[in-house]
Amino acid sequence: MAEKTSNKSVFFNPFSKDNPVVVQILGICSVLAVTAKLEPAIVMGLSVIAVLAFSNVIISILRNTIPTNIRIIVQLVVVAGLVVIVSQLLEAYAYDVSKQLSVFIGLIITNCILMGRLEAFAMGNRPWPSFLDGVGNGIGYTIILVIVGFFRELLGSGTLLGFQVVPQAFYDAGYVNNGLMILPPMALIVVACIIWVQRSLNKDLQEK
Amino acid sequence: MENFNIFIRSIFVDNMIFAYFLGMCSFLAVSKNVKTALGLGVAVTFMLVITLPVNYLLQTYVLSAGALSWLGPEYAQVDLSFLSLIVFIAVIASMTQLVEMAVEKYSPSLYASLGIFLPLIAVNCAILGGSLFMQQRDFGSVWTAVCAGGGWGLGWLLAITSLAAIRERLAQYSNIPAPLRGVGITFIITALMGIAFMSFLGIKI
Repeated sequence: MAEKTSNKSVFFNPFSKDNPVVVQILGICSVLAVTAKLEPAIVMGLSVIAVLAFSNVIISILRNTIPTNIRIIVQLVVVAGLVVIVSQLLEAYAYDVSKQLSVFIGLIITNCILMGRLEAFAMGNRPWPSFLDGVGNGIGYTIILVIVGFFRELLGSGTLLGFQVVPQAFYDAGYVNNGLMILPPMALIVVACIIWVQRSLNKDLQEK
Repeated sequence: MENFNIFIRSIFVDNMIFAYFLGMCSFLAVSKNVKTALGLGVAVTFMLVITLPVNYLLQTYVLSAGALSWLGPEYAQVDLSFLSLIVFIAVIASMTQLVEMAVEKYSPSLYASLGIFLPLIAVNCAILGGSLFMQQRDFGSVWTAVCAGGGWGLGWLLAITSLAAIRERLAQYSNIPAPLRGVGITFIITALMGIAFMSFLGIKI
């Protein structure tokens, strides 16, 4: 299959047309949990890109030697190893963010994007396309994370990356931050709006 | 009594879906009808009740800092906590395999109804999430871990079953804008249910 689809489409499709979050509906848990602020959202996105790209490569190299019965355990162990490396690096160099992300770095292991891509792509393709697929899907995931994080932080706290964006004059005039945006359910609504916009643009994605 | 409180808390206040948004992937994918949703919910509950105490014991006697001191004083310095992720996921994956084989042998009818969901549970975030929360919160005993696991599982079961019931009605009676059909509307329903569940947050037990 990889030989027919070009490397370019493998890389760019996940950005919008085949986006892992809003089209394939994978990896929702972390989208909701880490996007109350923009900064953890970006860090989370970068971690997922790294883990996804390298686990895709490793599984793709091993794909002919893994016995099919135990492939899930093998995949989990590879992913878990990479996630441990990422979480140790974050604790060493970005301790505050890693505290904010708490269990969600560990939960990258069970992020459905990983299992989905490993099963659907890396098990049947050569290492280089798998690497591109991993990076592409990771970026597609990060895009959604950043959009959701942007709106939630802007409307919920009036800041972006911790800097005050909404000017003080607005507050003096009676503007109030929308506390509801910080709560997790609003992430679902924002994602639903993204889905709505995206499916209005791409009519062929709509469900009957 | 404290364990009972933790059990109730885990069902309502700390609900896996509505408070932490864990296990969303299968929550959204397998909630089209009540019967399969119920089956998956039971399987998740079962796995949480089994894996949480096992991981608790591993955490207390093998992984956490100084946990190996029962082997002898020279092991008191060992801190294996960086291995906890790999150990937890290995326990969960192998337990899933084990439970699958046991169910297949002793109750073929249950196996037939759960069949496809069992292997999927290994990658359900709610299971690993349960173990990671257990690690964060320093539970007092194995029984606390069992109660929390049961509570989280039942909370998940409650959430997925009620969402499936709503979606069944929705599919029959409502006229949703085309781009929102399917996933979009499910997200919004989940959000509304989540806001409703937030009313439990004020409860102190």
